[in-house]
Amino acid sequence: MPKERIPRQEMPRQAPEERRRNFKEVALGYTLEQALTEAQRCLQCKKPQCVEGCPVQVRIPEFIGALRNKEFRRAADLLKDKNNLPAICGRVCPQETQCEARCVLARKEEPVAIGRLERFVADWERQNGVQVPPKAPPSGKRVAVIGAGPAGLTCAGDLARCGHGVTIFEALHAPGGVLMYGIPEFRLPKDVVEAEVEYVRSLGVELRLNWVIGKIKSVHELLEEGFDAVFLGTGAGLPMFMGIPGENLSGVYSANEFLTRNNLMKAYLFPEYDTPIKVGRKVAVVGAGNVAMDASRTALRLGAEEVHIVYRRSRAEVPARKEEFENAEEEGIIVHFLTNPVEVLGNEKGWVRALRCQRQELGEPDASGRRRPVPVPGSEFDMEVDMVIMALGTRPNPMVFTQSAGLERTRHGMVVADENTGRTKLERVWAGGDIVTGAATVISAMGAGKRAAADIDAYLRGERNQVWWVEPEAAAAS
Amino acid sequence: MYRIVAREDLAPVTKLLVIEAPEVACKAQPGQFVIVIVEEHGERIPLTIADYDRRAGTVTLIFQEVGKTTRLLGTKRAGDELFAFTGPLGLPTEIENYGTVLCIGGGVGIAPIFPIARALKEAGNRVISIIGARTKDLLFWEDRMRSVSDELVVTTDDGSYGRKALVTVPEKEILESGEPVERIWAIGPAIMMKFVSLTSRPFEVKTIVSLNSIMVDGTGMCGACRVEVGGKTRFVCVDGPEFDGHEVNWDLLMERQRIYLDEEKRALARFEEMCPSCRGEQH
Ligand SMILES: Cc1cc2nc3c(=O)[nH]c(=O)nc-3n(C[C@H](O)[C@H](O)[C@H](O)COP(=O)(O)OP(=O)(O)OC[C@H]3O[C@@H](n4cnc5c(N)ncnc54)[C@H](O)[C@@H]3O)c2cc1C
Ligand code: FES
Repeated sequence: MPKERIPRQEMPRQAPEERRRNFKEVALGYTLEQALTEAQRCLQCKKPQCVEGCPVQVRIPEFIGALRNKEFRRAADLLKDKNNLPAICGRVCPQETQCEARCVLARKEEPVAIGRLERFVADWERQNGVQVPPKAPPSGKRVAVIGAGPAGLTCAGDLARCGHGVTIFEALHAPGGVLMYGIPEFRLPKDVVEAEVEYVRSLGVELRLNWVIGKIKSVHELLEEGFDAVFLGTGAGLPMFMGIPGENLSGVYSANEFLTRNNLMKAYLFPEYDTPIKVGRKVAVVGAGNVAMDASRTALRLGAEEVHIVYRRSRAEVPARKEEFENAEEEGIIVHFLTNPVEVLGNEKGWVRALRCQRQELGEPDASGRRRPVPVPGSEFDMEVDMVIMALGTRPNPMVFTQSAGLERTRHGMVVADENTGRTKLERVWAGGDIVTGAATVISAMGAGKRAAADIDAYLRGERNQVWWVEPEAAAAS
Repeated sequence: MYRIVAREDLAPVTKLLVIEAPEVACKAQPGQFVIVIVEEHGERIPLTIADYDRRAGTVTLIFQEVGKTTRLLGTKRAGDELFAFTGPLGLPTEIENYGTVLCIGGGVGIAPIFPIARALKEAGNRVISIIGARTKDLLFWEDRMRSVSDELVVTTDDGSYGRKALVTVPEKEILESGEPVERIWAIGPAIMMKFVSLTSRPFEVKTIVSLNSIMVDGTGMCGACRVEVGGKTRFVCVDGPEFDGHEVNWDLLMERQRIYLDEEKRALARFEEMCPSCRGEQH
C-alpha cells in the first residue's frame, strides 16, 4: 500500500525572544496529535537499524508501534524494558548521531523523530502514574553503587530489579549527577530528573547523600564491610582550565561552577535561595560543546547583554548536540569560530576586563581526524568582556581512588575497565560512564551501567566468576 | 538530616555546635573540614572541624556569625537538624614529631588550631601557642589551648585581655628568642595569616596556613576555591586546605574572597528584615 509522505513533525518551542530571558523548558513536547502523526512515519522495519544505533538497544519500532495504536502504557513498558530514564534521554540524547542517523527514512527524507516520541511516551507515563515493575526475590547480596549520575542510577535500578540489595553513595546533597548540577532547567527540568530518581528509589534502592567515597569510606572498606560488589559511577567532574595568564581573576568561572551555582544551588532564584552568582554584562564562553551551550544560554537568561562563544575550530567541528547549537544561535549567542584565548586581562580590582584572543586557521588533520587549528601570527585582539566561562572539558575526579590499591587508571585519570562487563582490574569492583570514557553522553553512561549490572548479577549468582580479568586482546582472540 | 546534640555560646557572635555524624567523626582528622547546608534552600559553606569524638559519634563546629548563613546557623539549638553535612573533606594536617612548633590561632581560627595543637602535642612536640582576637569577647578556648600547649600567649588588638598586640608581635619575639621553632601553623583571617607568613619568612621557618577560600561543592568539582601557591593554581578543597604560607598569593586570595560581597550584604539585610528577633538577640 503506497503511503503518502508525512513531514517530520516540528517540536513546539518557546519563541527565542521569550525564552532567552526565562528558565522554563525550551522544547514544549509534542501534542497527542503530533505524536500520533509522527509515529505514523515509522516504517516498522523487520530488521530495525535504529535499534543498532542506540547504545542501550531501546525497542524502538515496538514502542512506536504501541504508541500508534494508542497503547500508551504498553509503549512505556516497552521503552522502560531497556531504558530506566526515558524522559531524560528523550530530551538530551544526541539522536542525530545515534538512532535517528540509522533510520531508513533518513536516506531520502528526514528520519523519524525517535527522541521526541520517546519523550512523549515517558512524559505520558509520568503524568499518568508510573508502574513499578516486578522484582526478583531477594538474593541476599549487597551492592554499593558510587555516584548517583545516569551510570549509577541505571546500574542500581537494574540490580534492584534482579533482587539485590543496592545502596547508592552520592557526594552531593542531591542525586542525578550532571543531570542535576550541569544540564539547566530550560533543557532538562529538574522535576523530570527527580521523578526518574524516585522511580529508581521505588525499586528499593537506598540512597545515601553527602557521602564522599574516598573520604568517609574507601572502596576497600566498603568491600570489607559486607558489600559483595562495588560499582563506580563517579563521572568526570574535574574541570579543566587552559593554563593561560589571568585565569584566576575574579569573574573567571569554570562552566561547572557557573552551572552548579545556577542549577543545583538555584542561584537564579537568589535571594530566595542563598547561593549567589555573578553575571557579566558581556560574557565570553570558551568551548563549543554541550557544556558551553548550556553555560552561554544560562548567562543570557541571567541577564547578560551579550554572550560570545569563543571556539578554536570551525562550525563543522562543533561537538554540541545540533539542536542546542541551533537554539543558542537563535537566542542571539554570538559565535567566534577559529578563535583561541591566550590571556585574561584584569582591571585594578582583580576583575576580568577583556579576553585576549588569537585567530586560528585549519591545518592538517590531527589524531581525532579533525583539522588542527593553527594560530595565525600577529592576529591577537582583545575582546572586551567582564566575565569568562571556561567550558573546556572535564576529567574524572580522583577523590574516589583514595586508598583503592589495585584500581588501574590511564594517563588521563580514567579507570581501566572492560567495555563489555565493566570489570576493573580490582576484583569485585566494576565501573562505567564518564569515569571510564571521560566526558561522554548520558546514554553511553546508562549503557555502561546496564552492562555492568548484568555482569554483576551473573557474578553474584555464581554464573560467571571463573576468571576475573581477561586482557581485551586475549578475549578477542578466543 | 544531621541532628545538633549540643550548643554553646562561646562569645556573643561565636557559637559552638556538636553534630551527630558518626561516620564523619570516625574518619575526621585535624586540618579537615566539612560542608554544611543549614536549611533546604541554603548555600554550601565550608567549616573547619574544631573537634570530634569518635566514641560519641559527634563532630564539633565553631563559627562566627558574619553573613546570612552563619547567622541562620546561629539560631539553631540542640535537637534541631541540619539539611546537609558532608565530610571529612580536604587533606589532614601532617602530624609528626618536629621538635618545637608554634601554633597561632586568630579569632574563630582558634577553633581549628586546637585539634592540630593537640595532635602535635600527642606526637611529642614542644607546642608553643599564640591565640589572639580583636577584643576579649571574641576569645574562647583559652583553657583548652593551655591544656595542649607548653606555653601559651594570649593577645587582643585592643588590650581588653591578655597582651595588647597583634599575634605577629609575640610570634616575632619567639622566633628572635632563639627557640628552635621547626614549623608554624597559623589559622585565622587571611590578612592575619599573610602577616604571620611575612613575619616568619626572614627566619626561614616553614609556615603552614589553612586557606578559607569561597567554596561550592568542596570536592574538586567546580574550581571556585582556586588559589595560587608557588605560582601554580591549586584547589583549596582537595589540594589543601593547608598550604605553605610563604608561597601563597595572598592578594589574589583576598580579592577572590570579595567576589560576592554585594550579594552577601543583600542576603543579610533580607534576613534581618525577615527575622527581626534574630537581630534583636545579637547586638
Ligand atoms: C553541562 C553539561 C551538559 C551536558 N549535556 C549533555 C547532553 O545534552 N546530552 C548527553 O547525552 N550528555 C550530555 N552531557 C554529558 C553527560 O551528562 C555525562 O556524560 C553523563 O552525565 C555521565 O554520567 P555518569 O553517571 O558517568 O556521571 P555523572 O553524571 O557525572 O555522575 C557522577 C556522580 O557521582 C558523584 N561522585 C563523584 N565522586 C564521588 C565520590 N567520591 N563519592 C560519591 N559520589 C561521587 C557525583 O557527585 C555525581 O553525582 C553534558 C554534560 C554537562 C556537564
Ligand atoms: S569548592 Fe568546588 S572545587 Fe573546591
